[in-house]
Amino acid sequence: MIRLENLTKTFETPEGIITAADNINMTVGKGEICVLLGPSGCGKTTTLKMLNRIVPPTSGKVFIDGEDTSTLNTIDLRRNIGYVIQQIGLFPNMTIAENISVVPKLLGWDKTRYTARAEELLAMVALEPKTFMRRFPRELSGGQQQRIGVIRALAADPEVMLMDEPFGAIDPINRAVIQDEFLKMQQTLQKTILFVSHDIDEAIKMADKIAIFDEGKLIQFDSPDNLLAHPCNKFVENFVGSDRTLKRLRLAKVSEVMTPAPTPVKRDDDLQHALKIMHERDYIAVTLVDEFGRPIGTINRDLAGSKRGRCGDHFYGLRAIANVNDDLRSVASSMFSNDTTWMPCVDDDGVFRGEISQRGVTHYLGATYRRQERDNTLNRET
Amino acid sequence: MQKSKSKYAWIAGMMLMFVLGVWSQNSGLIEGFFYYSEDIIYLSKQHMQLSAISGGIAILIAIPLGIMLSRPRFRPIAESMMQLLNIGTTVPTLAILALSMSFLGIGSTPAIFALCIATLLPIVRNTYVGLLSVPEHLIEAANGMGMSSMQILLRVEIPNALYVMFAGIRTALTINVGTVPLAFLIGGGGLGELIFTGIDLDEMPMLLAGAIPTSLLAVSVDISVGLLAFLLVPRGVNPLRYKQ
Repeated sequence: MIRLENLTKTFETPEGIITAADNINMTVGKGEICVLLGPSGCGKTTTLKMLNRIVPPTSGKVFIDGEDTSTLNTIDLRRNIGYVIQQIGLFPNMTIAENISVVPKLLGWDKTRYTARAEELLAMVALEPKTFMRRFPRELSGGQQQRIGVIRALAADPEVMLMDEPFGAIDPINRAVIQDEFLKMQQTLQKTILFVSHDIDEAIKMADKIAIFDEGKLIQFDSPDNLLAHPCNKFVENFVGSDRTLKRLRLAKVSEVMTPAPTPVKRDDDLQHALKIMHERDYIAVTLVDEFGRPIGTINRDLAGSKRGRCGDHFYGLRAIANVNDDLRSVASSMFSNDTTWMPCVDDDGVFRGEISQRGVTHYLGATYRRQERDNTLNRET
Repeated sequence: MQKSKSKYAWIAGMMLMFVLGVWSQNSGLIEGFFYYSEDIIYLSKQHMQLSAISGGIAILIAIPLGIMLSRPRFRPIAESMMQLLNIGTTVPTLAILALSMSFLGIGSTPAIFALCIATLLPIVRNTYVGLLSVPEHLIEAANGMGMSSMQILLRVEIPNALYVMFAGIRTALTINVGTVPLAFLIGGGGLGELIFTGIDLDEMPMLLAGAIPTSLLAVSVDISVGLLAFLLVPRGVNPLRYKQ
């Protein structure tokens, strides 16, 4: 856990005193990724660098796991915090193995231990240890170097990581891949991470919490969904963009929004049976599944009412299927490209799990506004 | 095209060498040269001693000085300091020799002193520039990982500046070896003895007996320092050892 208390940094310049970070207060829970976001010169990087005193704070305190870090020696503090910078900063004179082992060596680990650790970390980012241990940074591609930069910071297994635009220098395709890899790693590692970015999309993708900065001040500190749904002022609203509700689509999974497991029909069922289900449950259509429970088509009331026979002989084919782990953004995209407002949802084995509709998505996105309205009304009444 | 050109140049060079060889054999130059072989061996040793001592002292002074000037604390005065050292290179070596003779007397001591002064600048400058050109972000990364200033210097800054530092040492020592003959003028010994006496007596073989070993020494110092650089500079930052 990281807690910043009235953290302030001022610089004296010939034009007067400049406040780079003004009374920053925030708490990042254990295992959370907090993205510090804002335009350049907003104080986000200064705030980050005050944690490991690359920038010494003018006043205020930093607590890590409840411990006041101002009581710690700077060098010990830094050895226990992972640090990743935008320029990666791999030492070109050292091999990859040596680069990864820098902090473990400083901490006095023995050779077998830090070598094993380096191999383990390389394997974790899918770089073959045998090939890469003895290479030099210049022999690696940008993306590979960036992965090494991240695992180097993880080498001594620090609780806290500081990352200063760590994926900023990579091309968009590789960046997305590395972000995904990193999130996957984070699921098992559960580090407490402060992450500087100027890219709202990256922030939404990575963050559990987002802190928006402007002119040295912390403007809003909130979960990504709240930040997008309820920006606290004009600046944040402009920063997150006019399509902010579309960005929220990325934050929700199909499984949270779908109507779970509506009763399906099988091939051998009679159309009358399908009609009965629709009447009983008040559906406008029912999904047809095969013997393994995988959706193959759909039957609506008109069809069931006008035809006779088995469901397997009279159904409409499926235009698109959503996976329960997809985010709403890809579902919306799929709906638009297939000109449909409704999709069956399947799990990883392809088994029918639920249905998602455009109406359901809209309803889900609007829930937070309705909640706020209700709270406001309650407040007014009391 | 490029290849055939260099091939012709090579053949032409060989022809020239052959003609020179035949001519010098006929004129008795080679015979004359070997007449001085004992002197050559003795004076070469002296020459190398002078070079090694003055060069060694220069390296021992110049590298710490270069490191010191590159520290943030000294950076404001670094350039003026460098100008001061520049005087050692700008003033003709002969003049430095004469000046050092005036307060250190004659012999090898003033010679070593003067050679030292003349050798200092390239090493200091290359050490300083090499260290300054280590990218700022490497130092930030090293700081962020909790290295002490000394660890940063030894493990990050110097290894990354080493190639440039070696280039300075290489230039300085090669110039040094080429300058040692002047030491003879203040009684410092070395191969200058054969060169200057040869000039005075108008003895071509004697002059060459001093000049040829001097150039060979200079070339071999250049090659061996180059070899050291090849071996000692870490492979990841050694332009001699990776393909561009």
